Amino acid sequence: MSLTLDDVKRVAMLARIEVTDSESEQILEQFDGIFKLIEQMQSVDTTGIEPMSHAQDVVARLRSDAVTATDEHELFQSVAPEVEADLYLVPKVIE
Amino acid sequence: MIDTSLKQLSADLAAKKFSSVELTGAYLDRIEANDAAINAFITVDPDVSLAQARAADERIARGEAQPLTGIPVAHKDIWCAKGWRTTCGSRMLENFRSPYDAHVIQRFNEAGAVNLGKTNMDEFAMGSSNETSFFGPVRNPWDTACVPGGSSGGSAAAVAAALAPAATGTDTGGSIRQPAALCGVSGLKPTYGLVSRYGMIAFASSLDQGGPLAKSAEDLALVLDTMVGFDARDSTSLERSAEEYARMLEEPLQGLRIGLPKEYFGEGMSADVRKSVDEAIDEYRKLGATTVDVELPASELSVPAYYVIAPAEASSNLSRYDGVRYGYRAENYDDLLDMYCKTRAQGFGAEVKRRILIGTYVLSHGYYDAYYLQAQRIRRLVARDFAQAFEHCDVIMSPTSPSTAFRIGDRTADPVQMYLSDIYTIAANLAGLPGISIPCGLDGAGLPVGLQIIGNYFSEARMLNVANVYQKQTDWHLRKSPVASN
Amino acid sequence: MNWEIVIGLETHAQLSTKSKIFSGAATAFGAPPNTQASAVDVALPGVLPVLNVGAVEKAIRFGIAVDATINRRSIFARKNYFYPDLPKGYQISQFEIPVVSGGRVVFRVGDEEKTVRLTRAHLEEDAGKSLHEDFHGMSGIDLNRAGTPLLEIVSEPDMRSAEEAVAYAKTLHALVRWIEICDGNMQEGSFRCDANVSVRPEGSAQLGTRREIKNLNSFRFLQQAIEYEANWQIEQLEEGNSIEQATVLFDPDNGQTRLMRTKEEAHDYRYFPDPDLLPLAIDEAWLERTRAHMPELPAARQSRFQSELALSEQDAASLVSDRDTADYFDAVLEAVDPDDSKAAAKLIANWINGELAAALNRAELDLTDSPVQATALAGLITRIMDKTLSSKLAREVFDGLWNGEGSADEIIEKRGLKQISDSGAIEKLVDEVIAANQQQVADYRGGKQKAFNSLVGQVMKASKGKANPAQVNEILKGKLDSG
Repeated sequence: MSLTLDDVKRVAMLARIEVTDSESEQILEQFDGIFKLIEQMQSVDTTGIEPMSHAQDVVARLRSDAVTATDEHELFQSVAPEVEADLYLVPKVIE
Repeated sequence: MIDTSLKQLSADLAAKKFSSVELTGAYLDRIEANDAAINAFITVDPDVSLAQARAADERIARGEAQPLTGIPVAHKDIWCAKGWRTTCGSRMLENFRSPYDAHVIQRFNEAGAVNLGKTNMDEFAMGSSNETSFFGPVRNPWDTACVPGGSSGGSAAAVAAALAPAATGTDTGGSIRQPAALCGVSGLKPTYGLVSRYGMIAFASSLDQGGPLAKSAEDLALVLDTMVGFDARDSTSLERSAEEYARMLEEPLQGLRIGLPKEYFGEGMSADVRKSVDEAIDEYRKLGATTVDVELPASELSVPAYYVIAPAEASSNLSRYDGVRYGYRAENYDDLLDMYCKTRAQGFGAEVKRRILIGTYVLSHGYYDAYYLQAQRIRRLVARDFAQAFEHCDVIMSPTSPSTAFRIGDRTADPVQMYLSDIYTIAANLAGLPGISIPCGLDGAGLPVGLQIIGNYFSEARMLNVANVYQKQTDWHLRKSPVASN
Repeated sequence: MNWEIVIGLETHAQLSTKSKIFSGAATAFGAPPNTQASAVDVALPGVLPVLNVGAVEKAIRFGIAVDATINRRSIFARKNYFYPDLPKGYQISQFEIPVVSGGRVVFRVGDEEKTVRLTRAHLEEDAGKSLHEDFHGMSGIDLNRAGTPLLEIVSEPDMRSAEEAVAYAKTLHALVRWIEICDGNMQEGSFRCDANVSVRPEGSAQLGTRREIKNLNSFRFLQQAIEYEANWQIEQLEEGNSIEQATVLFDPDNGQTRLMRTKEEAHDYRYFPDPDLLPLAIDEAWLERTRAHMPELPAARQSRFQSELALSEQDAASLVSDRDTADYFDAVLEAVDPDDSKAAAKLIANWINGELAAALNRAELDLTDSPVQATALAGLITRIMDKTLSSKLAREVFDGLWNGEGSADEIIEKRGLKQISDSGAIEKLVDEVIAANQQQVADYRGGKQKAFNSLVGQVMKASKGKANPAQVNEILKGKLDSG
């Protein structure tokens, strides 16, 4: 497979990362090598092998339904870029 | 005071040979004097460290000391520590003061250890040379023109330069073991799930695991005792009864079966590395161990599988850095979309962006099966290979890294070459197995070589035993970098 | 051409847990902004999710209630997209293997019984809220709702009209409240629907292209939106245009749907298993425990009401329209403890569906807030059954109960409302009325039935309404016919 400049730009938009045209070209060039490496995976037949998502084969431990958190919004918002009336401010959200 | 083992420091503190304030002060002085050349620390806060040291001294005086009480430990800047700037090596978090403590930091605090400072690292732990840090590269104390390895390069360099008696790191694909090898120190990545990830800034959640770096296996055992522990806030944290990792350090190695995977001794390894590792294995034979050839065929695909899985998880884990609730926000933007795109373009460095884009691509519509699922199936094969190998051996040994420390700038232009630095370490992360790197020689340029020991799940105590007996017999771990002698 | 409308619904029911699905923050509605957003909800660097057993329990209850398969192992996945009210940049949801698969919902539309098959129901977290009032050209983000547990219930495209869709949604709404997994408060967004609407020529086996109407938070909007959308699609097709797959929003102000995004602009959510969360395992023991604690479900209760208590289908259906009403009915019946439970049941049903419902309606109260508790109504029913009260007097006593004047017996005593059933006393009144109304007596005897009714009325009036009407009839008739 070979990636195109459009792929790079589409992926950058999905990832919300601004890339200039020259950056895209550079990324595309590096992707070429990286995906050659990644493509080596296709050399093995993995039919019937169950994908492994976790390092251990254990199941979820659940927490009881209890309120354990306290109100810490002042502390959390002390590191926020912009806050007003206890709300995080962002450029206008348009639906 | 500076070249002493943790056990001895603990005994000396208890015997009031010196105080924690004096010990901490001595290390802070060394950092002050030497770190400009190494850049191992991103943040040092002597007032806070010394206040902790005073509290530790009081605790020692009350007779309530634990083994690490009063001992300064440097922490990779990936651990959230309340009130401390926690940057993860990124412009994105340049001014982020954590409002909470990671579980591991809590455990060090409870043990009475002193936080000596936050160490430099590859940005968001993505790198094998510490060159991707927003705060500049860390320099190898053995040769400051060389990289210390990564991503826990600051921690490895701090220990190697005697700027800290011990440090914490994290290991996603070799990020503790590889810098330990390149800096001539000991480093351990535990079994996945032993050390809580709560408060450890995520890179690739299913691979990330915290662990210690120190001068010796014995020191690692002591720090590991504090780091390991169940944490209900991490769903992947394992509930196991506590163990004392130093409990079998001295047991003889008679009858130890060492597995040697041929896939780890092939092309691409430097001759000096091969020589040192071969000598180390000979030393083990002298100590009564036998060697057996094992096969780990899928390991050869662990690098490609890793470079799908880790970026995929990272692309999602790093979506939270959007300039809304904390961290960097671009100054000028047109609208919400533009704010996101500029914030992330400016806040992240090139390698992080590259991996986010790889991860986004492999998860995107139409590519998931060919890349992500295939990588996860290979991951299963890698784990199976190890399971089969451990039917024939107790530990597996290999070089930690195919080469010794390379020069700063040498590999930055070619990501693939950089990615191959972790060729021997990645498989253990995919399988979730524990791994240690210990110094086992010096190359022709006088740079350290690391021996990797991979053990079965939960066999950390045995692995530390294997490492310690070797270290009692050899002195590679006692060799000092030029900076450590300053 | 005749067109068939095809509708499938995706319903988000907010699960009524105390804490969030992955954090220990409270879920209460209406707290000051961001005071219920914990470190996990704010998605600080390094925090991790841990699944709330209460949310899983509620999903299992739902699965049992709709006769679905509860998957012994289900997987949480990340749905990746950027939005300011989505702090992690992904929503934790379930994708390939949900907790509940299949199931069905059965309900009536008019005289017809209708079954809608369910595709699945999965657990996920809610997002926060963007507040659009102007902060110097910016929006404010409140993350209190972020992480609230949702059960997304996905139906098959089995509905054929807006009425059916609304009836399905109402049945589902009653059900989630019945099994106590969701408070059903639609104004607060606890129960909201997305409707997938398409149209096709009648008789066609192929589905048309659908458009999804997002976020309908009232049954009325659901009805209006589907009707508008279906008509719009038919119009487009009849004009020779084709429908493009899209997501639309309903504007209640003008009753129209408007385009939000087309398929081309659709998100690429990049679902993958959440590495922070291990597979959710539900074993047989857990299922059995949950089953044992399930309330009798509406369908079972309705059939019991019909078979054991001989209630009409209409009465029974009305009583099980929500759990409160059904429980109230059972509580009244139990308190009355009648010899003839069928007669009592009919009487109680009439009172609940009639007088009580009307009073609640007038006062805009829910049954749970009724001033007339079940035991109080039972006191009244008992006095009707033993003929102490006529239905007219009973209504007066009910007014007393409503106004808090005490129990039925106290009100009867206080107001002197006891029915006169003493035949001697009634005979005396009848005699007086006959004596005073000779003309009407003559009319009756001349064959005018109306005159009889008038005479009964006179007797009742003379008794101040307290005479037992059946006895009055009997005695009056006897006297007139024998005279």
